Amino acid sequence: MSGFLARARRHVGFQTGAVLLLLFAGTALVSVCWTPWPPDDLAMRLKLQPSSAQHWLGTDHLGRDVLSRIMVGAQVSITVGLIAVALGMSAGVALGAWAAARGGWVDEALSRTSDLIFAFPAVLIAILITSVLGASARNAILAIAIFNVPVFARVTRGAALALWSRDFVRAAAAMGRGPFGITMRHVLPNVMSVLIVQATIQFAVAILAEAGLSYLGLGAQPPVPSWGRMLRDAQTYIFQDPELALWPGLAVALAVLGLNMLGDGLRDLLDPRLRLLRVG
Amino acid sequence: MLDFITRRLAAALVTLALATVVVFAIVEVLPGDPALVMLGTDARPDTLAAMRAQYGFDQPLMIRYLHWIGGLLSLDLGSSHAYGTSVAKLIGDRLAVTLPLGALALVWAMLAAVPLGVFAAWKHGTVGDWGVMGFTQIGISIPNFWFGILLVLAFAVTWQIFPAGGFPGWRQDPLGSVDALILPGLALSLGEIAILTRVTRSAMLDTLREDYVRTARAKGAPESRVLFRHALRNALIPVTTVAGLIAGFLIAGAVIIESVFRLPGIGQLVYDSINNRDLIVIKNVVILFTILVLLVNLLVDLAYVLLDPRPRIAA
Repeated sequence: MSGFLARARRHVGFQTGAVLLLLFAGTALVSVCWTPWPPDDLAMRLKLQPSSAQHWLGTDHLGRDVLSRIMVGAQVSITVGLIAVALGMSAGVALGAWAAARGGWVDEALSRTSDLIFAFPAVLIAILITSVLGASARNAILAIAIFNVPVFARVTRGAALALWSRDFVRAAAAMGRGPFGITMRHVLPNVMSVLIVQATIQFAVAILAEAGLSYLGLGAQPPVPSWGRMLRDAQTYIFQDPELALWPGLAVALAVLGLNMLGDGLRDLLDPRLRLLRVG
Repeated sequence: MLDFITRRLAAALVTLALATVVVFAIVEVLPGDPALVMLGTDARPDTLAAMRAQYGFDQPLMIRYLHWIGGLLSLDLGSSHAYGTSVAKLIGDRLAVTLPLGALALVWAMLAAVPLGVFAAWKHGTVGDWGVMGFTQIGISIPNFWFGILLVLAFAVTWQIFPAGGFPGWRQDPLGSVDALILPGLALSLGEIAILTRVTRSAMLDTLREDYVRTARAKGAPESRVLFRHALRNALIPVTTVAGLIAGFLIAGAVIIESVFRLPGIGQLVYDSINNRDLIVIKNVVILFTILVLLVNLLVDLAYVLLDPRPRIAA
């Protein structure tokens, strides 16, 4: 662990990503108990105001404080992203580990199914599901979770298959440990670093997807502020108040950029092959 | 070669068949009563019954599924509940916007990504390389619909060079139609430029290490010839593969971009159909997208075999 921290201290990308992520998560946390203004406070008199000392990022078409809404929007982004990735990851890791341990028809069926899900573009699955079940944050989570399942299943299966042919796993099998025991004791702990990296990247993808869905009106419903929805509203007033279209997009971009940089950094820091290469 | 094509085609057909089952399940089984979804919970019982009879929702599931597949095979996709016209015609009209949009985005992506990737690989480990990699990191992090809005802000609101949205129609105003697709194409291509740049860079780094590149340099070939003639030619194989895979996603990304620029394409049709709860249109458009993605993947595999003889021999 101390070796990891020492290397992390020299990795600029990882640090930038970590700072951006802290900023993102911190904003969401702070917004739970404090925002500069109540995010739903309507003040038609003050609509479409530019940045000022009272309203740092101005006000929207209903006179609501943009900064406050972006802060609360971070909560929505994190909640949708975290739950969707956690759901997709649980199902995907279980399926991938099962396929690797069982092999045969289970493996074959699973691979074909994930090919099938990959043939549908993710946005379309999400649109299809939300259109049938209705637009809500819950259904957006479900839709994003579904296209995360095959991603994690594939990564887990690939990493686990490589482990199953290793001597220490074979030794465990020879000593009479069953496939479930081996998976829990030897396989999963060893694929954990790959999964952490993948989860970070998928979290970024989920935030982009949530923003896209709520831009289309298929995510969290008003009055809950979401970054995608704010952009949709801002576009309507783009000629009167162009500034309005800048901030929510910047928030999405910084959150996603932070997670991507953190994921890339973690991959560099956790991948033992790269570490060996550097030592050698 | 023929054997390879047949096997790939068979696999694509199996995937497509499974896809129809999944889409049918989501659209017609999952919601319980499709008529209720389309008309809303406050619809009168006789209107609901009339709709069930019109679209055959009162038939057994198996019959409905087979009826739909039969329709797909004969290109008779039924009629739209909201538009009152044939779904096949609706989709055909909209493709005339979406396909050129996707193609334009792919052209933008290739035009930008290949030179950037070659440059980054050539300047490997220098400030130029880091700059390009930094750009790709930002490119995959920016939501493409926000980039679209920023393009509107710059080129339609501030400088008024291109229209902020809308589409005049190919027949009415061909030049204006091209103009209307420039910004959306650019917005759609941003993420793909980033990904393709990375692929080009890493493929170039691989080929630049090859012996034949060293030989070419030792012969005293000019650097541009080494880069573009010897290295890039081979690096283009993985780039083409990824470009093809991306093409499928460009079509899907068009859903949001068309909404940003109010283009009457397939994406806008999906969006409107969701608001109109027009399940008949949604079901068929999703299958059409799937067919397009599968078709593109198939073409990529074929192009791959044509560009690189090795998998052909292995097959």
